[in-house]
Amino acid sequence: MIEARDLTKDYGDKRAVDGLGFTVQPGVVTGFLGPNGSGKSTTMRLILGLDAPTKGDVTVNGRHYRDHVAPLHEVGALLEARSVHTGRSAYNHLLALAQTHGIPKSRVSELIDLVGLHEVARKRSGQFSLGMGQRLGIAQALLGDPKTVMLDEPVNGLDPEGIHWMRNLLKGLAAEGRTVFVSSHLMSEMALTADHLIVIGRGKLIADTSVDDFVARASQKVVLVRSPDLERLRTVLTGPGVTFEDAQRGALEVHGLTTEQVGDAAAGAGIALHELTPQQASLEEAFMNLTRDELEFAAEMEEAVA
Amino acid sequence: MSAVTPSVKLPRLAVTGRLAFHRVLLSEWTKLRSVRSTKWSLFAGFLLTIAFPIIFSFVTRSHWGSMSASDRAGRHPLDIALAGVNVAQLAVAVLGVLLISAEYSTGSIRSTFTAVPKRLPVLWAKLLDYAVVVLVLIVPAVLISFFASQAILSSISQLHMSFSQPGVARAVLGGAVYVMLVGIFALAIGAIVRNTAGGIATFAAIFFVLPPLMFTLPTSWNNAISQYLPSNAGRQLFALQHASHTLTTWTGGLVFVGYCAAAIVIAAILLVRRDV
Repeated sequence: MIEARDLTKDYGDKRAVDGLGFTVQPGVVTGFLGPNGSGKSTTMRLILGLDAPTKGDVTVNGRHYRDHVAPLHEVGALLEARSVHTGRSAYNHLLALAQTHGIPKSRVSELIDLVGLHEVARKRSGQFSLGMGQRLGIAQALLGDPKTVMLDEPVNGLDPEGIHWMRNLLKGLAAEGRTVFVSSHLMSEMALTADHLIVIGRGKLIADTSVDDFVARASQKVVLVRSPDLERLRTVLTGPGVTFEDAQRGALEVHGLTTEQVGDAAAGAGIALHELTPQQASLEEAFMNLTRDELEFAAEMEEAVA
Repeated sequence: MSAVTPSVKLPRLAVTGRLAFHRVLLSEWTKLRSVRSTKWSLFAGFLLTIAFPIIFSFVTRSHWGSMSASDRAGRHPLDIALAGVNVAQLAVAVLGVLLISAEYSTGSIRSTFTAVPKRLPVLWAKLLDYAVVVLVLIVPAVLISFFASQAILSSISQLHMSFSQPGVARAVLGGAVYVMLVGIFALAIGAIVRNTAGGIATFAAIFFVLPPLMFTLPTSWNNAISQYLPSNAGRQLFALQHASHTLTTWTGGLVFVGYCAAAIVIAAILLVRRDV
């Protein structure tokens, strides 16, 4: 469990994280969403105590991270920025970390096998590709069998197979009762992986909700309707706040009405319907809708400064 | 990740231990030995420490016959034996800075401080590990240097010196202690500056630029101040005779230890306070 209260971080004049308050629950995958530069990585650094908050507080499993007697068993973290000495092999990098907690060598080998780095584990990690570096980071995060797993953009640089593997891993970890906190700027990825979402923009909390509610709340009412008499249907449905978009093969996209409203209106006018489908906005669209205001504000600010 | 399996399970960890200082010590030792350039630098430093006195001894022996009386008087067997200390101090200082600055430049410091979030044990462990490694290498190096140079110079009675002569053992081993302290000082500088180029430049400024600059001061000032510079104070550890306006062995050594302690305290305070 991760609990943040009024978490705030300033870098000079810039406020990177602004009064964030949220709780990440165990047993589910919680997605941490926000556009690039919205403060996700900073928040994770604050959770790990790498940076000190300007204001507010954040605890992991009931304590400040630094106060745990065995930090690696509490939180396993993959940070976005590279965190490996380029001259050291993956094996020795993990071994040095494991040794701080008395974790045996066999565990290091086990994790290297789990992430599929066996072939290159003795090579200098500076020669690693982005995907290999990412796998090493994942092995590092899981080394201590942690209660809380926190990953910053874990699918970055992974191939489709790796992404699939990652999704299964995260779901499996959550199913075991662990707290799983995963950041991403890709909504589509989170739609497939996460159960719960914490959305931030410009360091502020925008939404703390289940994935389903998030989509429902952010999506507009859109209905796809197919009928032999689209022209008449248009006239019947026309009203304030209702717009139309032509879809393929004699279908019409109706914005601003529910399926019930469209169906009832058509029945009332005696118009036959061949299809009546509610269109759910994708998570990507929902996210865009929610963060658009924040982004526009940011752009205006930048222009004002320039 | 090569095989696509419907469910990926993280194997449980049978034993769970706590974070402890002796473990951090072992971890830092693993880091020290697992970077190839570090190993080679230490090995090269070891070899050069021995090579310089040996070369110096051979050159002295072959030219002794043609040297003037004043040239001969200017040769001191201990200077020859400890010629390598000057080389070693540079190698040890650069590596000392690198041990911590490279963690910042590569980003591995984030991993390090995630495993040891209280941070200070990392600094103590690095200092202790490095001090021991330097001593283990440099004590044999100065002993080999002393006995090898004496063996080469055995034909020249004026340059004969016995290890049991008063002050000789102290000076030879003092050279090793000096190099170790240089390593500690440099590591602390690296922790303060957190940047390889900046750390090495800072060290070089204190040890190699500041002393000659002192000669631009009025002589009385220079005489009063210079002896307290880290390098000049530390060098008394391996000086056999004391020139005027230099500190004694023990005062000089203590002053240098004081500089090291001050650098470590500053490094420790900054390490805890600063964001990574």
